[in-house]
Amino acid sequence: MKITFEVNGSERSVDAEARTLLVDCIRTKLGLTGTHIGCDTSNCGACTVLLDGRPVKSCTVLAAQVEGRKVTTVEGLASGGKLHPIQEGFHAEHGLQCGFCTPGMMLVGKALIESNPHPTEDEIRWAISGNICRCTGYMNIVKAIHHAAEATAAKNAAGVA
Amino acid sequence: MFPAAFDYIAPATLEEALSALHQHGDDAKVLAGGQSLIPLLKLRFASPVVLVDIGRIDGLEGIRRENGHVRVGARTRHRDVEHATDLRGTLDVLLDAAPLISDPLIRNMGTVGGSICHADPAGDWGAVMLAVGAQFVVRSSSGERVLPSAGFFEGPFTTGLRPDEVMTEIRIPITAGRSGGAYLKLERKIGDFATVATAVHLVLGGDGRVAAAGIGLCAVGAQSIKATEAEAALVGQTPSDDVIAEVARLAAGAAEPKADIRGSADYKRDVARVFVQRGLRTAVNRAQGATS
Repeated sequence: MKITFEVNGSERSVDAEARTLLVDCIRTKLGLTGTHIGCDTSNCGACTVLLDGRPVKSCTVLAAQVEGRKVTTVEGLASGGKLHPIQEGFHAEHGLQCGFCTPGMMLVGKALIESNPHPTEDEIRWAISGNICRCTGYMNIVKAIHHAAEATAAKNAAGVA
Repeated sequence: MFPAAFDYIAPATLEEALSALHQHGDDAKVLAGGQSLIPLLKLRFASPVVLVDIGRIDGLEGIRRENGHVRVGARTRHRDVEHATDLRGTLDVLLDAAPLISDPLIRNMGTVGGSICHADPAGDWGAVMLAVGAQFVVRSSSGERVLPSAGFFEGPFTTGLRPDEVMTEIRIPITAGRSGGAYLKLERKIGDFATVATAVHLVLGGDGRVAAAGIGLCAVGAQSIKATEAEAALVGQTPSDDVIAEVARLAAGAAEPKADIRGSADYKRDVARVFVQRGLRTAVNRAQGATS
């Protein structure tokens, strides 16, 4: 079947079987391999993408379900050669070790900051509670999201966002 | 992992969906948020011939108050209940339970009606709906039925829903008086199924006695359990510590837990007792603090 949806701002059409999972569609049909497959059982969150701005586990969504909707993957974060504030946060605070969970963590962080510009540490930990870091590097992931929130708020306050 | 092949249809109207279900019967399966069904498809525990995706049908989402009821569209996401803060004071138990369901990402996709129809004995909404005395509105091409939550859960993953029916709404009656509720859940980690969870909801009359009460138990039996004997023992009483302790003991007696990696049967039964006791205390405090 033909499935058409928006990926990182561009409309894309794929021809895929109805049983194709969104994560496989993104990785193999669209070649966007920044979205990872970890547990493949909706536990780990490595496959997190944003669906209409909200984080979901793309191993547990059919590609067919996103017909006509907007998907954001990690590849859609940077624009014009410039890192997204959430990426800058992960860079500045060293919010990654092996990097496998990082795309999911960043997308969850981005969605959190958009709905809650000044998250507390508890709120950040709550937001990433569906994403597992096998390196257990949570301290710096939390700092990275906090860093991005502060930077975004400062930028917005300066009116240059 | 990926599912076995199926035919996929995503009708734009409920009528089309019902007609497809009528045509395919047992061969068809309804897809709402997919957070329980898709894992089952991937594990090949379920292999429907036809998947009827109700995700594009308008009018199945949202929470509104109408005619003495809170009406929750069956496709309302868990996260939308989590954010429905105006339910505080009326249906505390829903607001308590929503953020404890799986994890935030699953709550963005998973739906209340989908979870109820899936009827996992460890699913949170079953116990909650039994506690608040919900009614389930279901539609088929031959008409509408309104099913009481009591008796709806017949066994593991088995309900009173017929293969050609779709749940469209959850209708929760609002009783006059000061109400309070609470949902307590023991889980090993976020995202795990409950080891034990308990849902309580009560309404206090003007005389301070319990005018209505509901108690639901999660993950301690073959299906979500309504602790009817405990409920009956609470109604008409002033909710003293002694009364609450006795009601909790009766509620635990309704549990039929099985030992597994999460704990022994005795342990789970006792957790159910302690959680009902704590939940009732919280519910009474909330009701006494609430304005009617």
